[in-house]
Amino acid sequence: MDFGSINPILLIASLMVASTPILLAALGEMVVEKAGVLNLGVEGMMITGAVVGFAIGVNTGSSWAGFATAAVAGAALSMIFAVITQVLLSNQVATGLGLTLFGLGLSSLIGKPYVGIKAPGFSKLDIPILSDIPVLGPILFRHDPMVYVSLLLVAAVWYLLTYTRAGLVLRAVGENHSAAHALGYKVVRVRFMAIAFGGAMAGLGGAYVSLVRVPQWVEGMTSGAGWIALAIVVFASWRPWRILLGAYLFGGITVLQLNLQAAGSTIPVEYLSMSPYLVTILVLVIISVRGNHGAPGSLGRVFHASH
Amino acid sequence: MKTVTKLLAGAALAVGLAGMAQAESHGEPVKAGFIYVGPVGDGGWTYEHDQGRLAVEEEFGDMVETVYQENVPEGADAERAITQMALSGADIIFTTSFGYMDPTIAVAEKFPDVKFEHATGYKTADNVSVYSARFYEGRAVQGHIAGNLTESNIIGYIGSFPIPEVIRGINSAYIHAKKVNPDVQFKIVWAYTWFDPAKEADAAKALIEQGADVILQHTDSTAPQAAAQEAGNVYTFGQASDMSEYAPMPRVSSIIDNWAPYYIERVKAVMDGTWESTNTWDGIGPGMVGIGEITDAVPAEVKAEAEALRDAIGAGEYHPFTGPLNKQDGSAWLGEGETADDGTLAGMNFYVEGIEGEIPN
Repeated sequence: MDFGSINPILLIASLMVASTPILLAALGEMVVEKAGVLNLGVEGMMITGAVVGFAIGVNTGSSWAGFATAAVAGAALSMIFAVITQVLLSNQVATGLGLTLFGLGLSSLIGKPYVGIKAPGFSKLDIPILSDIPVLGPILFRHDPMVYVSLLLVAAVWYLLTYTRAGLVLRAVGENHSAAHALGYKVVRVRFMAIAFGGAMAGLGGAYVSLVRVPQWVEGMTSGAGWIALAIVVFASWRPWRILLGAYLFGGITVLQLNLQAAGSTIPVEYLSMSPYLVTILVLVIISVRGNHGAPGSLGRVFHASH
Repeated sequence: MKTVTKLLAGAALAVGLAGMAQAESHGEPVKAGFIYVGPVGDGGWTYEHDQGRLAVEEEFGDMVETVYQENVPEGADAERAITQMALSGADIIFTTSFGYMDPTIAVAEKFPDVKFEHATGYKTADNVSVYSARFYEGRAVQGHIAGNLTESNIIGYIGSFPIPEVIRGINSAYIHAKKVNPDVQFKIVWAYTWFDPAKEADAAKALIEQGADVILQHTDSTAPQAAAQEAGNVYTFGQASDMSEYAPMPRVSSIIDNWAPYYIERVKAVMDGTWESTNTWDGIGPGMVGIGEITDAVPAEVKAEAEALRDAIGAGEYHPFTGPLNKQDGSAWLGEGETADDGTLAGMNFYVEGIEGEIPN
């Protein structure tokens, strides 16, 4: 085995890139779930964001335009879910699964003309001076801007949920929608906004896959990242910084195991591949033993003002 | 993805039961079904199978009806998908991935009147044929070019699953890279997937970060090509499909699977009632394996050598596994001038001498 051939600096840099899509999607889904809504359509919204972001990116030549449209597309798709579950009061699990199926089909339809086309460039930040710092420079200061945007969003979500009135209302709606309603908060309106935010974040995550990480459009390219994002929300016990930890852990192990293989590691690949899932199960066991899993009280329950 | 298949299988089962009665009557078009492991838009493996399906439609027009299901996971779900296709009245079903082998055999037992064609496997039955292409012949040409091109002497190889088909490719490429460049080293990464663009891109990046300047892939998407392009001075080869959108750099050549003639021939056999269980394994000669255009990024003399190698293999003058060759552990495999027999190749589960690392179980 030759660990010398793994460059830890490059490894950390590429794990940040590998983790960003699931970080964005998981962060959005966490806000949705904090508002008491379980949207299992993350995968569908991600793949739609991936294809729309790519299509707009190619046509305008600007990745930024691609990201913006992907966020809008993700949010638009999530509004279908919002109307069906919040207005028509359907089952959230079934509707979310339906949204995933719809998103996958829609994306391959939209994506047909874009197979085999190259993505527009998305230049990395190259901050003078800072990016030349040894070790820290390549790790912290040489990424594409979306990596920094995703980190800022984690901080923003954390701040909003913890320290602002809006965050408090959102959490109240998620913990006990009847009580929040009795206090005069617009439960459905709050949930609509949360669902839209979740959709936009999933769209951004998807666009990151098609515009930066891969970068090209291939049908079904998110291949399960949306489901991993859902798992990370549970892993993180619905806390923003733990979402960051969870996403980097998942992304990190994926990249690390590929690097270990290339370096000729003798650890069986299967163990490395399953390790993030094992950790998630372990965390779930620990939090359920402790009895405090941190899930919002009204998660997944249907709300109607008359009940 | 699983859920998709489940729902689809459930829905189609209902439709299929209704359709069974119809299939009994005569004078209807032959129905050919295809089971795909990835989406038809993957730009590689599944794309080429679907091109074969379209060629069948083109050839027979109204006399044939084709159906396909994409993104069918290998394993239990595959059995359900194949069953559903058989129930819906398919006369011949092509299952186009190695992992469909046991499901295909299991379903074939239940439907003795339906013909099955399993790609890249080795289990046959009265109503199950197997067919595959000698991709390793193309790998020899790739290895020759790769060994000449590499400057770091490190060639990265993205494997899917450690099955004989993939191991054959690695060995064939290595032997021919080593021949022109004794210092060459292979770094092999197993992705454990046929199709996951993000993971394939990560695998390519990991290999490039560890010094590989030529990447060979045995996975289905074009993601490694994009990763190589971004990295700059890295060469790749199109896999299963030409992937010419990445030419002339990073893609310098490719292995193209051409299933169309075979599919047409087999569907014709069903129409004529002459279908028999067969074992087909064709290579460059009969045209099942094509070598995509070698671009100008390759020096002219290397290109000429590669083309000569291709022609020699196609004409049957040269076998990519010609001795003297030793196995990885140093034990003798083929003597001077001896060539490998198909049985050994079909079940190949060892590396040749010089490759580092172990084949996962």
